[in-house]
Amino acid sequence: MPEVAKTRMKVAESEMARIMTGAEMVVEALKDQGVDVIFGYPGGAVLPIYDVLYDHQHAIRHVLVRHEQGAAHAAEGYARSSGRPGVMLVTSGPGATNSITGLTDALMDSIPVVCITGQVPTHLIGSDAFQECDTVGITRHCTKHNYLVRSIEDLPRILHEAFYVAQHGRPGPVVIDIPKDVQFARGIYSGPQNVEHKTYRPRLEGDPGKIELAVTMMASAKRPIFYTGGGIINSGPEASRLLRELVASTGFPVTSTLMGLGAYPASGENWLGMLGMHGTFEANNAMHDCDLMIAIGARFDDRITGRLDQFAPGSKKIHIDIDPSSINKNVKVDLAVVGDCAHVIAALIARWKARGCKADPGALKKWWSEIEAWRARKSLAYKHSEKVIKPQWAIERLYAATKGRDCYITTEVGQHQMWAAQHFHFDEPNRFMTSGGLGTMGYGLPAAIGVQMAHPKSLVVDIAGEGSILMNIQELSTAAQYRLPVKVFILNNEYLGMVRQWQELLHGGRYSESYSEALPDFVKLAEAFGAHGICCSDPADLDAAIAEMIATPKAVLFDCRIDKTENCLPMIPSGKAHNEMILPDSDEVSVDAAGKILV
Amino acid sequence: MNAPTAPPSPYSSAIGKSNIETHTLSVLVDNEPGVLARVVGLFSGRGYNIESLTVAEVAHAEHLSRITIVTSGTPEAIEQISHQLERLVPIHAVTDLTLRGNAVERELAMIKVVGTGTDRDEALRLAEAFRARVIDATIESFIFELTGAAAKIDQFVELVRPIGLVEVSRTGIAAMSRGKDPI
Repeated sequence: MPEVAKTRMKVAESEMARIMTGAEMVVEALKDQGVDVIFGYPGGAVLPIYDVLYDHQHAIRHVLVRHEQGAAHAAEGYARSSGRPGVMLVTSGPGATNSITGLTDALMDSIPVVCITGQVPTHLIGSDAFQECDTVGITRHCTKHNYLVRSIEDLPRILHEAFYVAQHGRPGPVVIDIPKDVQFARGIYSGPQNVEHKTYRPRLEGDPGKIELAVTMMASAKRPIFYTGGGIINSGPEASRLLRELVASTGFPVTSTLMGLGAYPASGENWLGMLGMHGTFEANNAMHDCDLMIAIGARFDDRITGRLDQFAPGSKKIHIDIDPSSINKNVKVDLAVVGDCAHVIAALIARWKARGCKADPGALKKWWSEIEAWRARKSLAYKHSEKVIKPQWAIERLYAATKGRDCYITTEVGQHQMWAAQHFHFDEPNRFMTSGGLGTMGYGLPAAIGVQMAHPKSLVVDIAGEGSILMNIQELSTAAQYRLPVKVFILNNEYLGMVRQWQELLHGGRYSESYSEALPDFVKLAEAFGAHGICCSDPADLDAAIAEMIATPKAVLFDCRIDKTENCLPMIPSGKAHNEMILPDSDEVSVDAAGKILV
Repeated sequence: MNAPTAPPSPYSSAIGKSNIETHTLSVLVDNEPGVLARVVGLFSGRGYNIESLTVAEVAHAEHLSRITIVTSGTPEAIEQISHQLERLVPIHAVTDLTLRGNAVERELAMIKVVGTGTDRDEALRLAEAFRARVIDATIESFIFELTGAAAKIDQFVELVRPIGLVEVSRTGIAAMSRGKDPI
């Protein structure tokens, strides 16, 4: 038999074998996409898929969360720490609506998540059936794209296309809403080969002319700065490696957003620390005074820019981003290079070297000496205490105890999140998972579960606040069920600390509803969930308690009682410019009416 | 031939800004369920303005629809609108016809005028002057069909208002750039 005929027969045979139900297609597609873990919660409208999963537990591990929001954040944590898309499976109605916060979080932070939702059978859609909701309508605004699968013929294409869309270009969440009758219907399955969206083709390579111009601008800069963001981490580890090479070749200082921490190592010699509202004095002043800003995979968020009309007033700006809509959105730039960070940085390095470019050594030296003067201001300093645990010190001790270990950090949202960003130092990308854009309290614990599933042997710590942790505390039960030894390090000040801080600074110390009078006993709570509880309030005991936490082979809830009224500083107050920071030992704080209305 | 600058709607983000421009965007999209909701939702969600919107399938085999949107805002906002539209997955191409310059814009309107006696003569005279066609007539009413630039329709509507204007239905603008090149 000729080769061609043989191949044809094989194809025909395999197609015969590939007639299956919609539910089987879902599981088959997940396997074909290399998915080994999914996070979910069953319900009436996804029972056919759960029935198929029952037979494929060896190939796809399902993690039963305790609330669908947890599934979404776990999928995010999995995705951010592994670079692979996170997958979640939930039922119709409340299953879908409970996922909304997580999907929005993934959209804001550009995290690839594929969310499969069950839907009532096609003939009941629109009838207000039990557990029916307009999932594609509701999620249209909080996903990168979404699909309602109307027929079994469309299902295989949509499944693979969803993975393509979630991962390509600026990543994001994609919802596939599958009515129950489509899950039962039989059709021909096709694999992921050559499945890409018919029109969606994000541009990867930067325009060569613009790269040339960028290199020219860089070569003539006197006070340059790299302002890097989560786009570098999303681009993959190669982008981080290239960034380090670019920084080394040019000698320029580098700062990063919250989302970009770890892309350039905190131990690197050109590192200025994080910038923005709680960024360092040196990073913010360098941004303010620079003459060339090279933004890479960052989006000029309001937490970064502060007052827009005084944002880096004397600078030229180059913006490298895969998403054209990020360009000129908040800040007008002089040169925009649309493309993937890794591709563009590689091209910049290549042209920089090929043209024999060198930064002006005299100017750069002067620039660095200015930066050193700002650095000498020690904006992250705090007064240590022997009596009470200072939150900054707690993070420092945690960092010291985990240094050199294979460690991943997640956070909730609030003061503890900023202290973690300031005092825990990240040398590698994909090690810091935090809710940046949406600012979702309750993100950290489920995200840590997702991270731990992706990295079973690593140390995973959720740096939390006592307020945030109670928002998704039920996921401790998930950690127990799957023997996930996640560590929850709660900086407990009994206050919704960031709210309290803003009330102190902006509302004259009127602490409206920011004190939690009835907190649980976290040690007993841990025990109730089958986890280990630790409480520490004496600075002298902290190191031993942290060591105990790390050594415990199961989930730990660590109640670290800290100074109740410590503020997170430095800080750019709302409506102020980068060079108008509140420093730790300054007591002048004035926020005008215009700043007060900002969030 | 730009659309007339309408008084700002209360939902317009443009209020209080001086350099407001009106632009006509042509958007080619996959004609799939929900695509119009995505486009309209983007405008409402991000606080952009829609002055008129028309949509119909223009290539049946490829299931392509063409949406023509007239929007207003600062030049920066209009640039953002184009980029945000391009971000939507089912959108193929966004063309700012106003930026390209020299586009032809047409709108169709049906205008019902009620009256008797000399008012009817006057209505017909105006219709003739504007090349409006009578597509329905009764003893006391006409429906005129008028195609033209939006400004011309506005003008006709204003002229027949005192005669007995009772109803207007307009399609919104369809537009295309002049010359041999497609968008």
